[in-house]
Amino acid sequence: MVEVLERLGWGVDFPENQTCCGQPAYNSGYWEEARAVARHFLRVFRDAEYVVLPSGSCASMLLHRYGELFRNEPEWLQAAEKLRPRVWEFSRFLLEVARVEDVGARFEGVVTYHDSCHALRELGVREGPRRLLSRVRGLELKEMQPAEECCGFGGTFAVKFPAVSTGMAQSKVKAILDSGADTVVSVDASCLMQIQGAMARAGHTIRGMHLAEILATR
Amino acid sequence: MDPSLDRNFSKTIGNAALQEAIYSATGRLVEKRRSALPAPAVFESWREQARLVKQHTLENLDHYLERLEANLTARGAKVVYARGGGEVADYLAGLAKEKEARLVVKSKSMTTEEIHLNGLLEDARLEVVETDLGEFIVQLARERPYHIVAPALHKTRYDVADLFTRTLNVERENLPEKQTKIARRVLREKFLAADIGVTGANFLVAESGAIVLVENEGNARLSSSAPRVHVAIAGIEKVIPRAQDLAVFLKLLGRSATGQPLTVYTSYLSGPRRAGELDGPDELHLVLLDNGRTKLLADRNKREALYCIRCGACLNHCPVYRKIGGHHYPWVYSGPIGAVITPHFMGIHEEPWLPYASSLCGACAEVCPVKIDLPGALLKLRQETVKAEVGGVHGRWERLAFRFWAWLMCRPRLYEMAGLMISMLSRDREGAGWMRSAPWLMNFGPLRAWSAGRDLPPPPGRSFRAMWRARLKSGKGD
Amino acid sequence: MSRDHVLHRIRTATGRSAGQPCAEAPAPLLQIPGVDMQARIQMFAQAIESLAGKFHRAPTPEAARAYAAALIPETGAIASPAPLLADCGITQLPGVETGITERRALRAACARAGLGITSADYALADTGTLVMLSSPREARMISLLPPVHLAVVSAANLLTGLDELFTVLPDPAAATSAMVLITGPSRTADIEQILVRGVHGPGEIHVVLV
Repeated sequence: MVEVLERLGWGVDFPENQTCCGQPAYNSGYWEEARAVARHFLRVFRDAEYVVLPSGSCASMLLHRYGELFRNEPEWLQAAEKLRPRVWEFSRFLLEVARVEDVGARFEGVVTYHDSCHALRELGVREGPRRLLSRVRGLELKEMQPAEECCGFGGTFAVKFPAVSTGMAQSKVKAILDSGADTVVSVDASCLMQIQGAMARAGHTIRGMHLAEILATR
Repeated sequence: MDPSLDRNFSKTIGNAALQEAIYSATGRLVEKRRSALPAPAVFESWREQARLVKQHTLENLDHYLERLEANLTARGAKVVYARGGGEVADYLAGLAKEKEARLVVKSKSMTTEEIHLNGLLEDARLEVVETDLGEFIVQLARERPYHIVAPALHKTRYDVADLFTRTLNVERENLPEKQTKIARRVLREKFLAADIGVTGANFLVAESGAIVLVENEGNARLSSSAPRVHVAIAGIEKVIPRAQDLAVFLKLLGRSATGQPLTVYTSYLSGPRRAGELDGPDELHLVLLDNGRTKLLADRNKREALYCIRCGACLNHCPVYRKIGGHHYPWVYSGPIGAVITPHFMGIHEEPWLPYASSLCGACAEVCPVKIDLPGALLKLRQETVKAEVGGVHGRWERLAFRFWAWLMCRPRLYEMAGLMISMLSRDREGAGWMRSAPWLMNFGPLRAWSAGRDLPPPPGRSFRAMWRARLKSGKGD
Repeated sequence: MSRDHVLHRIRTATGRSAGQPCAEAPAPLLQIPGVDMQARIQMFAQAIESLAGKFHRAPTPEAARAYAAALIPETGAIASPAPLLADCGITQLPGVETGITERRALRAACARAGLGITSADYALADTGTLVMLSSPREARMISLLPPVHLAVVSAANLLTGLDELFTVLPDPAAATSAMVLITGPSRTADIEQILVRGVHGPGEIHVVLV
């Protein structure tokens, strides 16, 4: 992601004291713990011009859940509200802020795009990554059916209900295999970990790559 | 989390025939719905309108129930309220005694499933016959509905053939068409002999005083018209203000449930048969059931779960429902809406795992015709179970683990070191993954759960931070 | 009493007091498209046929009668005492029973007959729907018990759709104890989501537009 953004002329900083947005705790019901981590996040990124996230899930947490989380803490609520307009999921940042579709990437391969749930349903990221991929030289995009069904990760769900989560991953793997692609792309690393985990266990060699990795390739 | 839960789930997931039944049926419902949708902007305007109407009605529920009651009563119907299933059964048993009734025909109603009405009426020595084909199958099999809209979704035609041969004493038929004929014949006799017809209600119209039944088979029409007495049992949340509001709700319900612009039969019933009318029941009773609904109404955060019109679309689109099916859910309502409303009826201390059995993918909310924020409600329920310190669901260590995790996440240096340690621990000389290098680690809860069906990602050769620092040093990052 | 208990709980949950006035409900969403009669009829015919129903346009009452006559099975037909059916001469056809007013006798006759003939108060073009109001002229059972249903509809009562119906008939309860909308033959998909027609109601439906 850093490479792509710099190639497009953006100055990128990686505040080294960053950790996590707090979503794992939030989604598991531990809002107090989530708040502590979220406060840390807000402190670290307070002065950023833009915060670009290579994860639809984290972006959605910042955009849609911080409000609820800090409902009774006006000071932090205000900090979250101030940060909100500067928070961008990576593909949307490219298309809507940087306003580019062709980032000058070249990638030889047949690629299928997995819609990450939070990016898709909470951020409306659907056509964007496909448009970006379609401009990559050498890349052939093949849709899987259905692309929009969850991979089954779901944070702690993956370890609380391993049979269900793995079953969902296996359905996803089948859809990917049926698409005929050799690479599966997503805008969320957690989906990729889930898909690759199930893929490797079944002995398949299809690559999983983040959209940013593809776009960084030349 | 109780590991037996997941083991039970895996029985369903490992049953190829059952998986095929669930996938093909829900898949067809998804496809039918998709092909029946109007332009997105139009659909959205219907959903918005339906939501507004439900919100308004529930905020003024006492007003609309009183209007409904007054209007229905003025036309000769009897309206009663019931707190729970016991009161409904008592009322019906009393009515049956008064009418010397023995046989009750029933059309599909989730509300009556919710209070196990059939069992209660059988205790009162009444014969109760389900007349919706799916419900009839489920009743013969002595099971509970697998799905809000398609109760026998899990049964193949061969299961039905076995069941009919065994219970109805008929020749074996494997074709759904022939099986349907058998059911028609058997149930027609019951309709004509029944003393009381029991139905649910899809909507109640306050200003008009009416009960609205939506169906495809004709069994609700028969149940409400053939016997002398019709008893409708409806949740208090079913009320809407005017007949005109139905236009939007009927369009949404048919499309969302089965992909029909309008279901085959919509009955609008405003009382018993009037003077001069050729047929229809002599008596109409409406039982308005609370059964925990007022508890949900009081919860502002999740009140919108009462907007539900029971279309079942959230089940069909739920990847978890499609894996585990309907019978692992602790109550009659399964899928996402079941996971949201069940804790209110049972209390969050019962089955506290329920709100966690979701990947929060949001497919349910995307299709909900009244736009219920189902994942949002699940998140709030999770918070409530944590707050209430419900045991069992969180494991002994989870709370501690999250506390430690949060502590660590606020200390970037330690966090980085922890990352390095894990990566060192997990890497062996050949650079292979965790699995081989640290087998002892795999016995630890979450890791064991993960690695039962998935590999862990190999640790990165170099952390992002290390790469970032190298870039800074080389001056590239500036 | 449970009534007071439940209403009290509702009021507590919503923060209202008994008899408190209620804000205006959101205005209903009703949009009636401008569709001329020719297009309506075409739409109606298409919708019925897509539901596996039969549509027939009768230019004259005699044509309607001829269509009905051809449908009457050996088991006989039962017709409602609707003026439109009498005007078309359908109620007078041989093999057609009509005019039964005793409820049990009517129900028995419906259960015997191979064809039920009714009129319809309205029809909805976009969905192929018949709108039937229960009255001294229309029974509930005639369109329900026989395996085949024939409805004769006057073109003047063909509305565009649900939105127009609820505009013309804002309160159906004022007109009847039972309004039923019939959209195609009775059907189910409860076994393997496979479509089967004629579960409890008619498996076959014919609509004649006069």
